[in-house]
Amino acid sequence: MSSALLDVQNLTVAFGGKEVVRGLDFQIAPGEKVALVGESGSGKTVTALSLLRLLPDARVSGTARFAGSDGASDLLSLPARELLGIRGRDIAMIFQEPMTALNPLFTVGEQIAEVLQLKLGLDRGAAAERAIQLLADTGIPQPEQRLRAFPHQLSGGQRQRAMIAMALACQPRLLLADEPTTALDVALRGQILDLLDSLQHKHGMAVLMITHDLNLVRRFASRVIVMERGCIVEQGPVAEVFARPQHPYTRSLIDSRPVRDVQEVPPQAGAPALMQARALRVSYPTPLAGLRGWFRHGEFVAVQGADFVIPPGHTLGVIGESGSGKSTLALAALGLLPFQGELQVAGRAWSRRPALDRALRRVVQVVFQDPFSSLSPRLTVEEIVGEGLTIHAATLSGEERRARVQKALEEVGLSEAQFPGLLQRYPHEFSGGQRQRLAIARALIVEPRLIVLDEPTSALDVTIQKQVLQLLQRLQRERALSYLLITHDVDVIRAMAHEVLVMKGGEIVEAGPVATLLDAPGHPYTRTLVQAAV
Amino acid sequence: MSPSQRAWQRFRRNRLGYWSLLIFCTLFILSLGAELISNDKPLLARYDGRWYFPIVSNVPETTFGGDFQTPTDYLDPFIRQQFARPGNFALYPPNPYHYSTINYFAKEPNPAAPSADNWLGTDDRGRDVAARLLYGFRISVLFALALTSIGVVLGLITGAVQGYFGGKTDLWFQRFIEIWGSMPELYLLIIFSAMFDPSVSLLLILLSLFGWMGLSDYVRAEFLRNRQLDYVRAARAMGLSNGQIIWRHILPNSLTPVVTFLPFRMSAAILALTSLDFLGLGVPPGTPSLGELLAQGKNNIDAWWISLSTFGVLVITLLLLTFMGDAPRDALDPRNAET
Repeated sequence: MSSALLDVQNLTVAFGGKEVVRGLDFQIAPGEKVALVGESGSGKTVTALSLLRLLPDARVSGTARFAGSDGASDLLSLPARELLGIRGRDIAMIFQEPMTALNPLFTVGEQIAEVLQLKLGLDRGAAAERAIQLLADTGIPQPEQRLRAFPHQLSGGQRQRAMIAMALACQPRLLLADEPTTALDVALRGQILDLLDSLQHKHGMAVLMITHDLNLVRRFASRVIVMERGCIVEQGPVAEVFARPQHPYTRSLIDSRPVRDVQEVPPQAGAPALMQARALRVSYPTPLAGLRGWFRHGEFVAVQGADFVIPPGHTLGVIGESGSGKSTLALAALGLLPFQGELQVAGRAWSRRPALDRALRRVVQVVFQDPFSSLSPRLTVEEIVGEGLTIHAATLSGEERRARVQKALEEVGLSEAQFPGLLQRYPHEFSGGQRQRLAIARALIVEPRLIVLDEPTSALDVTIQKQVLQLLQRLQRERALSYLLITHDVDVIRAMAHEVLVMKGGEIVEAGPVATLLDAPGHPYTRTLVQAAV
Repeated sequence: MSPSQRAWQRFRRNRLGYWSLLIFCTLFILSLGAELISNDKPLLARYDGRWYFPIVSNVPETTFGGDFQTPTDYLDPFIRQQFARPGNFALYPPNPYHYSTINYFAKEPNPAAPSADNWLGTDDRGRDVAARLLYGFRISVLFALALTSIGVVLGLITGAVQGYFGGKTDLWFQRFIEIWGSMPELYLLIIFSAMFDPSVSLLLILLSLFGWMGLSDYVRAEFLRNRQLDYVRAARAMGLSNGQIIWRHILPNSLTPVVTFLPFRMSAAILALTSLDFLGLGVPPGTPSLGELLAQGKNNIDAWWISLSTFGVLVITLLLLTFMGDAPRDALDPRNAET
């Protein structure tokens, strides 16, 4: 393919003798939108970084012929000086987390102008003027003022827009976008995607979008490359690959959308509520500025006027953006935060005195989002999972406790046969999904009736997410567990929940049964959430 | 393999740290038995058909044919002669001098240069430098161990309380530390050493009063970071008490700065004792100490063997401690893979 903008042949990247990308071949035509899809660890980001030789420790081999403005050249063997000319001018990159990708000590304007001065040789005045225009193109309101803002003064969406403005400053021929929307809230993702789409049309540049989100691929890209463990397993036009996936891995990715498999009418539907909240309100003290702050505190209300009921065997889904107060609600339900209003668990209220609450702790357990910080790195599996028994079943002998731990681990699908010496292992020896299973086992061992799931799968890859959700569904059916499920993911809610609360700015804006609420959202905010997910 | 065995495996992988610990421990254990290595009393003696253990029991000179009821001076040529008679013998330690021994029968004036009698020479009062170095090393290391343990315990407790409870507790404790830390430590030491009789325990108390603050800050920061991680929340949701959470969950994850600084705190403690002794503010006179030897070396510039050998012992001790450095930290972190 001689007309290709980028022609990669046999690209191999190795770190310390370990190949993370093996023999990649792909082309990108001018103006084409290509998506590079794969799970974490599949080598997709490394591929993009190696094209610009941004991996100093890696051994990169193969060729990557790029048709730049100064003629075609091999990116991988080009002298460093010439590569500098290509970086930023012909090939630009945007990153996942704009907060860390922008320099916090310079204003957004200075950072955009720097590119223009370096690459196009504009003087200060011209560069500043051009920067305003670039910012305006990305849809940031009042670009003249925003130019003087530091990265921390912008919202997440605005930061990502500023990054895009910076990347597009020299009208590159190829844009490498590494998970450009992953760090953003659902409602913002669509906007950023639309922006990239329109700018791509306007400038006629090619985009290589790196993502794990198949919805995004479907919406944005024309061609897709699927990577698994450093190799390309399939590539082709998006419509074709999605309609007739050839490789089993592609199929499993496409099938990874969570499936609803819950009992619609739980067995004990008529029983008294397991958790009941009325006019729940949680607030944090905030420091006040000036002398007043010496004597009084301000107040930040994180959750206000929350009413909900969780019957036995039911799942109550809570959905909202970051900062909507949904995680605070979870901590209040666990009795870990002081709150006002009424909250009853199995007919009792939290007293916030550890000794009195101990019996209730056995009823309500929790699984957190981040499988890496939710397990103490210095305790063994046996200590982590068995800890609940030392509190709530202190009379057990060491042997009995060990047997119970083993049983709980088997129930979440971790067995001694799979992992020799399982009980003596440390959390770091397990993958994210396995760690989440450990966290579930830790909660299960005290036989709780309600488990608070705070974003239980959002840190996991899609195929793993599906498995963990299946596990949770099975446990619910077998044990008539109730879940309070906190998530930002409409797909997860759709698969798991019976009832749904939609939260925004600390308040519940809409509540109802899952089917009616998601199919016919009443509140405009719910509508944007549901639409953004499709 | 049990977790502690794996930790030992990880420690051994750091060759430099491993060998440094091994050598340091050997030296320390040898110095603990200093009385058997360097002493002016024989370990075992046979005189006129009877056995004596002069090292444990005080035997008067009259027993061995002397004139007085005083403790025997085994360096006395007359006593040596007595033991040289057929049937009698005395088994001396390798270095026949105690740190306080003054050899009244020395062949050379004090301070004497290294010779077969005194391997590292004598100091200006005729005491054997090798013996004083051995005993001085022991006191330094014991003192450093005590000071470090007290500092670590105090620092851990105060840091844990501040970091775990946060809020007002933290605020008031921080202000207290700021005031306490602003006191001129050295001058307080000088004043106190004038007020009280100098002793090792007084020094230990005075230095401990100020030695915990640095560590406390690190532990506090680790606790502040760890207490808001999900595994601590999960432990609270499990119903663990504050004490259990601190002890089982946060403490093991907050030990990195403690363990990393351990060898360096040891060497700082040794240096502190040495400098105070050098200034004459440390241990009571007569106590074998590296600082006092250095001061003698300064006062007797010509007696190069005093300062040179003391300097050598100090450098080797501090070097071994520094080489241990990161090894214990790596060993205690299970995330470091074995093999």
